[in-house]
Amino acid sequence: MTTARPAIVVDRLQIGIQGSGLDIVNDLSFSIAPGEVLGLVGESGSGKTTVGLALLGHARRGAEIKGGSVRIGDIDVLELDMAERQRLRGRVISYVPQDPASALNPALRIGTQLREILDTHNYGKNGEERRARVAEMMREVALPDTGRFLHNYPHELSGGQQQRIGLAIAFACRPRVIVLDEPTTGLDVTTQAHVLDTVRDLATAHGVAALYVSHDLAVVGTLASRVAVMYAGRIIELGPAGEMFQASSHPYTQRLIVAIPHLTGGRELVGIAGHAPSPGRRPPGCAFEPRCTFAIPQCREAVPDLRPIAEVHDVRCIRAEEVRLQAPTRSGEIPRDGSVKTLQPVLSLQGVHAGYRRKTVLHEINLDIAPHECLALVGESGSGKTTLARSIAGLHGDRWGIINFNGTPLAKVARTRPREIRRSIQYVFQNPYGSLNPRRTIRQIVSQPLEVFGTVKGDQIDRRVAQMLERVSLTAAYANRFPDQLSGGERQRVAIARALICEPSVLICDEVTSALDVSVQAAIVELLHSLQRDLGLSMLFVTHNLPLVRSIAQRVAVMSNGRIVELGGVAEVLENPKAEYTSRLLSDTPSLELALETAAVS
Amino acid sequence: MAVVSQVITPEVLTTRRPTGALLRSSLRLRRTQIGLGLVLFILAIAIIGPHVAPHSGSDFVGTPNSTSVPGALFGTDHIGQDVWSRFLHGGLTILVLAAASTALGLVLGIVVGLIAAYSRNVVDDILMRLMDVILAFPQIMLALVAIATVGPNPLTIILAVGLTTTPRVARVTRGASQPVVERDFVAAAEAIGVPRFRILLSEIFPNVLSPLLVEASLRLTYAIGLIAALAFLGFTTNPGAADWGLMIQENYIALTVQPWGVVLPVAAIALLTVGTGLVGDGIARAAAGIDRSRGAG
Amino acid sequence: MLERPGPAGGPARTGGIRLFILRRILQGLLVLVLVSIVVFAATQALPGDPARAILGRGATPASLAALRDQLHLNQPKVVQYLTWAGGLLHGDAGRSFAAQEPVSKLLGDRIVNTAFLLLVSGVISIPLSIFIGAYAALWRDRPFDVVTSLATLVFAALPEFVVGVALVVLFATTVFHFLPAITLIPPGGRPWDQPIAIILPTLTLVLAVTPYVVRIMRASMVEVLESDYVEMARLKGLPERIVLRRHALPNALGPTFQVIAINLAYLAGGVIVVEYIFNYAGIGGALRDAVFNRDLPVVQAIAMIIAGLYVALNLLADIATILVTPRLRTRL
Repeated sequence: MTTARPAIVVDRLQIGIQGSGLDIVNDLSFSIAPGEVLGLVGESGSGKTTVGLALLGHARRGAEIKGGSVRIGDIDVLELDMAERQRLRGRVISYVPQDPASALNPALRIGTQLREILDTHNYGKNGEERRARVAEMMREVALPDTGRFLHNYPHELSGGQQQRIGLAIAFACRPRVIVLDEPTTGLDVTTQAHVLDTVRDLATAHGVAALYVSHDLAVVGTLASRVAVMYAGRIIELGPAGEMFQASSHPYTQRLIVAIPHLTGGRELVGIAGHAPSPGRRPPGCAFEPRCTFAIPQCREAVPDLRPIAEVHDVRCIRAEEVRLQAPTRSGEIPRDGSVKTLQPVLSLQGVHAGYRRKTVLHEINLDIAPHECLALVGESGSGKTTLARSIAGLHGDRWGIINFNGTPLAKVARTRPREIRRSIQYVFQNPYGSLNPRRTIRQIVSQPLEVFGTVKGDQIDRRVAQMLERVSLTAAYANRFPDQLSGGERQRVAIARALICEPSVLICDEVTSALDVSVQAAIVELLHSLQRDLGLSMLFVTHNLPLVRSIAQRVAVMSNGRIVELGGVAEVLENPKAEYTSRLLSDTPSLELALETAAVS
Repeated sequence: MAVVSQVITPEVLTTRRPTGALLRSSLRLRRTQIGLGLVLFILAIAIIGPHVAPHSGSDFVGTPNSTSVPGALFGTDHIGQDVWSRFLHGGLTILVLAAASTALGLVLGIVVGLIAAYSRNVVDDILMRLMDVILAFPQIMLALVAIATVGPNPLTIILAVGLTTTPRVARVTRGASQPVVERDFVAAAEAIGVPRFRILLSEIFPNVLSPLLVEASLRLTYAIGLIAALAFLGFTTNPGAADWGLMIQENYIALTVQPWGVVLPVAAIALLTVGTGLVGDGIARAAAGIDRSRGAG
Repeated sequence: MLERPGPAGGPARTGGIRLFILRRILQGLLVLVLVSIVVFAATQALPGDPARAILGRGATPASLAALRDQLHLNQPKVVQYLTWAGGLLHGDAGRSFAAQEPVSKLLGDRIVNTAFLLLVSGVISIPLSIFIGAYAALWRDRPFDVVTSLATLVFAALPEFVVGVALVVLFATTVFHFLPAITLIPPGGRPWDQPIAIILPTLTLVLAVTPYVVRIMRASMVEVLESDYVEMARLKGLPERIVLRRHALPNALGPTFQVIAINLAYLAGGVIVVEYIFNYAGIGGALRDAVFNRDLPVVQAIAMIIAGLYVALNLLADIATILVTPRLRTRL
């Protein structure tokens, strides 16, 4: 903590939906000191991006800043007219966008896009100085400063390089405040680690106050000295990073922490039931009350104040003292053993290759999955893990080598496989927003396999659908709804129900939680784990999220560049990685443990 | 992601039957109401007109090109027939031909477009190249070439207009279907072995229905304009019979002395095409609104 | 999680563009060959004997035989097609049945007249519609946008001949009388000699094309204005005029080119009706008369000219799009 005058002070910021009287963000106050990184954490819909933009005096179409102040030095950004805000943006306060691929102009060379911010704000004395500054910035974000490189168009760079350009643009005019809006979402862990390092170095080196907006507590924990947690448009807890993890005093923060998979010591994940209310549906009292296990009648009466509970630690909960005493529910360690391989494997892959046109993306894959086993397949994007999963499911025809199912070789394309096999191997897709037909009801979606396989007829179908929906913790009432009336987590449950209704013996889960919030992810993993155990399914769990593996799988295969680089029991691989690639992946993965260490150091 | 779009929640819109909801919400728009009103008005003239016309379409009632003939409300045309009666008789042909050719073009175009989008291979290439060949002609020109060889009978006109409508519908269908084909619910259906035509029919087709509704009204608008234009150029299925397009051509020379023979059919065609255009735009707007409120999906 | 492309290979390869253009030209030629087959085949469907159709009922068997010979009617269809297509390449489109003159002579001046009309209409409508479309997008949902949207909707729905006739009624005959209702071009004369006479035909064509281009330009501009990179440009503190000129407009133009090309090509269809209304001496009017007289060589020739125009315009649009869209350039 610094006693220096804060670089930016946000006071009672209120942002609403234009012309509706509904608030997206309410009563939001915080300050950031020079050189300090404040993490702003929230799940989707919490309003965190809206806050980030409001700091630059900007509101997206449909949103409107209704009140409060954003002071940088003696200036209130929200009082300025458009021209004055323009002069401020990029020079005094700058912004790093979430998705650099879409935030860089596809029709302009990156050199031009870097140069124009300097030109606009008349940085330096002359063109020569600006040219030098561009080169300097490129070095600071560890990119080549050659003219040849600056001549590239954005699409010619990798995702990590694009985000570095985003950082270079943001830091170019040496601003006093910088807003980073989930700048590492969509990047691989290795790239993410490098970008985070760059952010930390630049912020401290130049004394920049940074607001780091993210949905990922672990990422924020490794970077920020203080963390603010948002829920339903309000800050519900704000305190030093270390305290937030060890002595969190708001039930939501605690549940969020429990929902995060740990890298060490496999734990069962505990999700939060229900979902965050959207503006207009927020209860008059505490917004978290409907999902809260600590809730008492008084919680419904009024929105609790944000009040101090310890030094520089504020919380918005009337029972914070009791909550604080209750350490996050530590659930039991899941017994894991890597030695289930005595039985004949359900699935056996021998020398599998696969490609797209002439490019081979899978090389010589050998892999066995035992009955009742959950095997995790881990890799970064582009490692070929999804192609492998799709090859097994018969959705990727361009592959060769042998895939045996109970000793019988599988045809390449699902359509040419016998009905019994199509029924036995089921696939759950990554994105529940894409895997359910928006024009069909949940009943039609879930019962589709029954029609195709003709196993169940007539009114039995409705009964089976209801059973399956209950099995995935939904109610039979969902059957009449359309997918767009469901939340992401609910949709993924429907997708799982559609797979289960086939009574499969193998379930392939392709990044099934990557499109979901952490609390929902935890609930889905919980569900999959119990299903796998109770139904004796064999499961292939594909993910890029290494800590998640702990909470579900017995064995793990690590993939890189289309090859399996390491295969073994989960504990063995995560604790004593043999392959260099695995250890690098492990050290780059942000985790709560790492966050705690960082917090302890600072 | 746009926070605002998440904020306007999907739950706000409780759609039961997506296509029905689309039509209902488009009917709430003023432009759709006006458009539909215009279409129904002209439709009523075309259908009821022949029964209430004071004269038959080919009766001579007075001197040519006169505006003051007793019993002839809007005067006489270039050969002395009753303008008002010919107007009342002259709408049905255009409407029937336009509807038939649009239907033909829609059915063929949707089939071609769906197959092309779903096949994702050589079939797609071949189909779309064939469509390109037809697209290389303005619709009216291909119709004229057909008329030049076979003559202007109803079948020629329906085929010519229908077949030239096909590639345009096919392009829209294919364009709308391509992203749908890539979505995982299609893969999910493939994985359990749903037959191909079922995938086309119950997975892909319902998801391209709203652009197709818009396209259908657009194509109907053009078909009306095109068939009327052919008649205006002098190519009708039944020379001498009353027909709005032909009326304009016949009476065009005498425009300065007797404008009604031109103005009435021109106004009718204008109102009809603007009506179908408004309906199409209303559907498009309603569809865009629904998509927006579906949010981050 | 988005799958990101790996580091793509280096700066744009310019060789790719040349290859791309070459490939597109070849594709265009292929379409033209297919079109010529269609045109030829369509005109073969003519019932009866073309020679008799030309010479009429009083023809002697000898003259019929001579004409059949001259028209290569005794040869196999393939040879007939090749002779015809080969002739086209040399600018020889055969002889008109009706006028008994070489088609090229008949159409020579008319091609120039039509080209002039199309050119003037294009030059007026394209910049105008780009401007209106962009402006409407900027003032989205404001009065200008609402009015434009309604006007484009109405004019897009109206057939050209309705617009043309309505303009004549309004400005040349019934209501006002200050513009000529027909464009009389004396033989050997040129349309640009009498600018007053081409106002109405040009206006009709402009009104036919502008709505489409306005609508696509507006849609494209709206999408670009909502894009992350335009928001980013604003958050960089760039003045609004630079945001629009450098970041929004170039990206909005790309998708518009295709639509402009298609609409200019369809102008060639509209021109048939418009030339007929205004009695303008171009190939559109000629086509109408040729169809009326069943003058097949002329119909064939004009069909090929218009198809060629379509292919050429599409080619230009593709190249223009590629040039303003770097992303497409590297993917070649």
